[in-house]
Amino acid sequence: MRITCPLCGARDRREFTYYGASVYADRPAEGAAPEVWDDYLHLRDNPAGEITDLWYHELGCSAWIEVTRNTVTHAISATRLLADRATPTKKGARS
Amino acid sequence: MRIAGKGLVDRNTPVGFRFDGKDYTGFQGDTLASALLASGVRVFGRSFKYHRPRGVMTAGSEEPCALVTIGRGAAQVPNVRATVQEIHAALDARGQNAWPSVNVDLMAMNDLFSPFFSAGFYYKTFMWPRKFWESLYEPAIRRAAGLGALSRKHNEDHYEKAYAFCDLLVVGSGPAGLMAALAAGRAGADVILAEEDHVMGGRLLAEMQEVAGQPGADWAAGVLAELATMPNVRLMTRTSITGAYDGGTFGALERVGLHLARPPMDLPQECFWRIVAKRAILATGAHERPIAFPNNDRPGVMMAGAVRAYLNRFGVAPGQTVAVFGNNDDAHRTVRDLKAAGVKVSALIDVREEATAPDGATLHAGAQVVDTVGRKGLREVVIADRSGQITRIPCDCLAISGGWNPALHLACHMNGRPVWREEIAAFVPQPGMVPGLAVAGAANGTFSTQACLAEGLEAAKAALSELGRKAKAVDLPQAEDGAYRLRAFWEVRGGKHRAWLDFSNDVTTKDVRLAAQENYRSVEHMKRYTTQGMAPDQGKNSNVAALAVLADATGRGIPETGITTFRPPYVPISVAALGAGGQGAGFAPQRFTTSHQASVERGAPMVEAGLWYRPSYFPRPGDQSWLDACNREVGFVRDRVGVCDVSTLGKIDIQGADAGRFLDLVYTNTFSTLKPGRVRYGLMLREDGMVMDDGTTACLAEGHYLMTTTTAAAGQVMRHLDFVAQAHCPAWDVHMISATEQWAQFAVAGPLARELLNTLLEEPVDGDTVPFLGVAPVRVMGVAGRLFRISFSGELGYEIAVPARYGAALYRDLVARAENLGGGAYGMEALNVLRIEKGFITHAEIHGRVTAFDIGLQGMVSAKKDCIGKGASTRPGLSGPEREQMVGLKPVPGSKSIGAGAHLFDEGAEPVRVNDQGYVTSVCWSPTLNSHLGLGFLINGRARIGTRVRLVDHLRKTDVICEVVHPVFFDPEGGRARG
Ligand SMILES: [Zn+2]
Repeated sequence: MRITCPLCGARDRREFTYYGASVYADRPAEGAAPEVWDDYLHLRDNPAGEITDLWYHELGCSAWIEVTRNTVTHAISATRLLADRATPTKKGARS
Repeated sequence: MRIAGKGLVDRNTPVGFRFDGKDYTGFQGDTLASALLASGVRVFGRSFKYHRPRGVMTAGSEEPCALVTIGRGAAQVPNVRATVQEIHAALDARGQNAWPSVNVDLMAMNDLFSPFFSAGFYYKTFMWPRKFWESLYEPAIRRAAGLGALSRKHNEDHYEKAYAFCDLLVVGSGPAGLMAALAAGRAGADVILAEEDHVMGGRLLAEMQEVAGQPGADWAAGVLAELATMPNVRLMTRTSITGAYDGGTFGALERVGLHLARPPMDLPQECFWRIVAKRAILATGAHERPIAFPNNDRPGVMMAGAVRAYLNRFGVAPGQTVAVFGNNDDAHRTVRDLKAAGVKVSALIDVREEATAPDGATLHAGAQVVDTVGRKGLREVVIADRSGQITRIPCDCLAISGGWNPALHLACHMNGRPVWREEIAAFVPQPGMVPGLAVAGAANGTFSTQACLAEGLEAAKAALSELGRKAKAVDLPQAEDGAYRLRAFWEVRGGKHRAWLDFSNDVTTKDVRLAAQENYRSVEHMKRYTTQGMAPDQGKNSNVAALAVLADATGRGIPETGITTFRPPYVPISVAALGAGGQGAGFAPQRFTTSHQASVERGAPMVEAGLWYRPSYFPRPGDQSWLDACNREVGFVRDRVGVCDVSTLGKIDIQGADAGRFLDLVYTNTFSTLKPGRVRYGLMLREDGMVMDDGTTACLAEGHYLMTTTTAAAGQVMRHLDFVAQAHCPAWDVHMISATEQWAQFAVAGPLARELLNTLLEEPVDGDTVPFLGVAPVRVMGVAGRLFRISFSGELGYEIAVPARYGAALYRDLVARAENLGGGAYGMEALNVLRIEKGFITHAEIHGRVTAFDIGLQGMVSAKKDCIGKGASTRPGLSGPEREQMVGLKPVPGSKSIGAGAHLFDEGAEPVRVNDQGYVTSVCWSPTLNSHLGLGFLINGRARIGTRVRLVDHLRKTDVICEVVHPVFFDPEGGRARG
C-alpha cells in the first residue's frame, strides 16, 4: 500500500501510523455533554465505500494527513494535510 | 533417458549431485527433476495421506508431487519443488514423507486403510472419545500424514529483503512477456522483467515452434540479448512474483543462492522484494490440468506439456514408451514432438470421437483411460473405447492433458473475480481486477503464440500511453497461430479405483462427491472439508477440475459453483525470507545511550526499556544478589550522591509565540505563566480523559520550552503533540521537534549532588542561582550545557544535559567524582526503589485506564482553561468513591515479600474475583524504610488510608496483610528535594 504525503510524495505505508476516522479531529467544544464526548470518542461509521482516515507520517515529515480511501477497493482518492482543512465547527457547545 | 542432440542444457558441463544418498550426474541447466528423470529415477517421494509412490507431474513451480528436502541440519529446507531446484555440486536432496526411503516406505500401509481417510475423516472417525483426540489420534495422524519436516533448529542462513521501483513490471518471460518488455524497454521506460525460472523464455523453451523464422528459443535469446543492453531494463530470473497488493505494490521472491554449490559469503539464500510498479503486465502463461481417472497418480503419469518441456528443453525422454491421453489438440503436439525425437508412442487416446490422428500415430478416438498398472512406476494403461471394449496399452509414461488454465492468480489477489469462458473451459481474468495491471497471452486465455506476441505488444503500448510515453516501432514477429480446440473433460466415470484431483494433498473425486453428499456444496466448504487445494501448490493443478466435479455432483454449472478465493503467495515463501533481518538482534531496533559502554564495562546487566537498553544495577565483588547492589545504590542517593543516565526520557523542544498557550492545551495545568528559568511538573491526558503521560517542562526562554516525557511514552507524546497542533490549532505559532537523541542527560542526586557538580561546573551554583524547579545554562569543562534542578528520587537533585557527543565522557567523569564522594552510579532497580519510596508514578501506574482523579492529581486539572481530556474526564463514572484510587501498601512487620500484579481484598473476604478491591502496580524492598512497599489501586482507597487489606497473589502464593497508607512513604513534606 502506498500513501501520497502532500509534503513528501508517494511513500510506503510502513512510514505511516494509522489513527482511525478523521472525525477525531473535530473536537467537541468545552462543556459539551457526556453523550457528545461519547459519540466523539467511541462511535464511528463503518461504511462499505469512501472513508476519510487519519494517518501520521511518523517516519517522514511528521504531518498528520487526511486520507480518503475506499474500503471496498482500497483505492485512495485524495490526501491532504490535516492542518490545511478549514477550522472545524465545534459540536455540542452549551451556550 | 537423454536424447542425443536435443535440449538446451549444456552437455559439455556435467554436474554431480546427490539424491536419497546416491550420486547422480546431470548437466548445467538441469533441474533436479530433469536430471533425475534423465537418470531413470521414477519415484521422487510419497504422497501426503496414503504414502503412494509419486513421480514428477509438471516442469514448473506448480509441481504437486516431486517435493524434496534439500540441505542438512539447520539449513534443511523441506518441500522444495524438484522441478524448480537447479542441480549443483553440493546439492543433497531427499525424498519426503517416507521411512526409511521413498522406495521402501513402511508407512505406505496407510494406503490399505484408505477407506478411513476419506474427506473429513479427522472430523468424523476420531471424534470419540474426545480426550483421545489430542493425546492419541492427532499425534499419530500428524506423524503418518504430511510433507517435508522442519529441522527444528535455528536457521543460520542469510536472507535479505529489498525494494525496487519501476514504470512497468512484466511478470513472465514467455512470448507475451518478452514482447511487452521489448516494446517498453525500447520506449525508454524503467522495466523490470521477472521470471521465476532460471532461464527466460517461458514456453518458447519447451515447444518446437518458430518465431520470426527461427526456433522460438533462439528468438527469445535474441530479444533477451537486446534487453540486456538496455540500462532501463532489469532482468530478474529466479524471481517469482508472489502477490499483488494495493498501490501497485508486488511481492517477489528471488532465489539468490539456492542454485550455487559455493555461494559467496555475502550472498543471501533468498531475497524478498517489494516492487512498486506504476503499471504491470501479467504474462504468467497457463497451467496444464490433469484428468481424473482411476489410479492416475502413478509415477510416469505426467502432464503432456511437461513431457514436451523435458524433451525439448532438457533433452530428456520421460519414458521409453509413451502414451498420450487428452481432450484437446495440444495433446497431439506431444505425439508429434516425441516421434520427431525418436521416442516410441504407443497410443494417442483422445476423448473426442471426432479427433483425427496425427501422422503415424495409433489413435483411440472417443476412448478413455480407465486404469493404470505399476506400483512404483507405470507399466501399462487400460483403456475403454466407446463400446466399452478394453485394451491394455504398454507404456512407462502417460502424457495427459485436460486443457489449460490461465495462471491468473495475481490478477485475483485484490478480490477480483475471474469469469468462465466456455470455449476454453477455463476461468479468465476481467480487465481492471488489479488497478494498473493488464493481462496478456495465455494468462488471459489466449493460446496461440502469434496471439500471445500480439497481446504482449498491445499491453505494452497501452501501458506506455498511460505512462505518457511514446512507443517506438516494434515489429510483430510471425509465429504459430493454430486454433486451440478442446472438449471439456474432467473425469473418467465408473471406475472402482480412486481418481486423484489434488495429488499433493491426496484428494480424490470420491472425496469431493462425498463432501457434496454431506452438504458441503459451497466450493469454499468443499475445499476445507476435503483439503482440496490447500497443499503447497495451492490447487494450481486441481482446483478447476475439483469444482467441475463438485458442479456435476450438485447439478450446477461451473460458473455458478464459482471458484475459491485466490490469495498470496503465488508460490510458497520461506518465512525466513519474509522476516529477513528480523531474527535475533534484528527483531527490533536497539537504542543505546552514550553511557552504554561504561555501564557494560562495569558489569551492569542491561535491560530493555522500550527500544532502549539501560543498566539494571552495578554489581560489586561480594554481592550476594542484585538486591545488595540495589540497596547500596539507593544508599548512594539517600546518603551521598548517585549518578544515573536519564537520556532515554523523551525531550521535545517546543518554540513559538503560542508555545505557552499550546502547552496549556496539552497539559492539565497551566504553563503559559511559567517564567524563563523555571521548570514545572505537568500532567497530560488523552482525549478520553485517561492519563497519557507526565513529566517536567522547562521554560528556557520566552516562547521556548523543553518538554520531558517518560521513556515509554516519548513516541506517543510526540505523535499527540503533532496531532493537537495540526488538528486543533494549525494557525498558532508553535513548532516542535524531538531532541531526545541530541542531548545526553544525567541525574546527579543526593545530599552531595551540588558539591559534586560544583567540582566541574565553570561557574559554581547554589540554591539561589538554580533553585528547586529551576533551569539554567551552564558550562561544563568548556561545553555549553543545561542544568535542571529536578528530582525523581526525592533528594536534592539535578539533571545535567550536554550535547550527546560529550555524553560518554561526562558520564564517566560524573561517576568517578561520585565514587570519590562515597557514592556512585545507580541503575534502574535503585531508581525504581527511590521513586516508589516517594510515591512517584510511572507507566506501571498510569497504564492507560487511570484518570487524574485515580492518582490523586485531580487538583492539577485547571478549572480556568480547557485542555485535552478535560471534557471527557468529567463523564460519569470517571471520578468518585467507586473508582480504584492510588494508595501506598505496607505489609505488616514480618511479612514475606509482595509482588506487582497481586490483588487486594477485604481482610475477612474470600480472595475470589467478585470480592476484588483492587490491585498492586509496583513493589520494592525499601532499604530506607526497612520494609516492603507497594503502590496499588484500591476502591475508594484514599478514604481507606489507615485501614488494612489482604494482598493475595494466587500465582506466587502470596497472602499478606497490608496497611493502606498515603502513597508518599518517605519525606512526605518534600524538604529533602527542596534542599
Ligand atoms: Zn510526509
